[in-house]
Amino acid sequence: MPKVKIPRKSTIVDMTAMCDVAFLLLTFFILATKQKPPEVLSVKTPTSVSSKAAPDKSILITLTKEGKVFLMLGDETKKAAIIDDFNTTRGLQLTAAQLSKFKKVEYIGLPVNKLKSALDATQEIPANLMDGIPTDSTNNELSYWMRSVTNVYKGEDQRMLQDMILVKGDGEALYPIFKNVKEALKSNEIFKFRIVTEGEQVPSGSELYKTGKEETKK
Amino acid sequence: MAEMDTSSGGGHKKGPGVKKGKKLSTRVDLTPMVDLGFLLITFFVFTTTMAQSTAMPMNEPKDDLDKQMKVKNSGAMTILLGKGNQVYYYFGQLMPETISEEFKSTTFKGIRQLILDKKNGTPIDDLMYIIKSDDKSTFKNAIDILDEMVISAVPPGHYAEVPMVAVEKMLIKETEKANGIK
Repeated sequence: MPKVKIPRKSTIVDMTAMCDVAFLLLTFFILATKQKPPEVLSVKTPTSVSSKAAPDKSILITLTKEGKVFLMLGDETKKAAIIDDFNTTRGLQLTAAQLSKFKKVEYIGLPVNKLKSALDATQEIPANLMDGIPTDSTNNELSYWMRSVTNVYKGEDQRMLQDMILVKGDGEALYPIFKNVKEALKSNEIFKFRIVTEGEQVPSGSELYKTGKEETKK
Repeated sequence: MAEMDTSSGGGHKKGPGVKKGKKLSTRVDLTPMVDLGFLLITFFVFTTTMAQSTAMPMNEPKDDLDKQMKVKNSGAMTILLGKGNQVYYYFGQLMPETISEEFKSTTFKGIRQLILDKKNGTPIDDLMYIIKSDDKSTFKNAIDILDEMVISAVPPGHYAEVPMVAVEKMLIKETEKANGIK
């Protein structure tokens, strides 16, 4: 019988293709992930079992640990209109230069009487030195701001507004501030809003856990 | 590693005794590079999904004095949130004679079972949880108790936030003093 030679094949695989795929995926993930807006205010939100993701276009009310309230107008298309409306309804009489500067501000955290001087100043005030928007029952400036917001989101846009108002608070903020914020919203007929929380697992054995399981069975 | 062939001198043929320079392979082992690539992918995937924040829906009632709800005493449970993550509760209405027995304190760990017991022991139409927050309680407490309602699958409309009355404030203060909560 003649000998059959089995040629030995090399075990080395060409890695070039795999390397290409790996780096293609890597670039895709880096480019596809949205960059988080820089968080000037450090807030540690409480947890909840809610699994709905927070919308990124939003009107965000932030409560800090110290009890200061900040407002961020995330919808760039309406931001200018809201600030213009606030200027006219509150009679601030800001100059055109002040207004255009104000529209570039990322978050609003000053009482009305300090706005002008802050806008004239060459240096921006850091967030931790801002006073926050007053929310006490005698001078609830946040409710004036929310009025301007509702003035701008009229008619068709009103439905949109419901999903946009977010309240984000530090877990250690005291309850009365939250109550004031709720009052500011309620006084402008905003009864539905959302609270930004950190996701949490549904505790096993709880009622929600059981109903959730039944739903997945179906 | 790689060497350039510098021996070529135009196009003339080499003699029979001249050896050709051995060509070295230009292939590089890409395995570590692939490893690195996938390591970075896993890193990015994990770090981005972790930072996702969620939104909890919140519905506030309209303040309308004409449409105030009447709640049956038998179906009501009042939950009070106090300082230092303390929770106080009572069922029905507080009666002056039995205040000390009715007014009890617990923590967020204990309240879940109490909410559930009340839910199971009451006809659903009568069930009502009344949530009251003290000025010293935190935002986290207010959110946590609403979350507890969701966890125990209490249907919406069967719990409400109500301002605290003076008697309850006083009771909380006294209990805090007795329990040594600062």
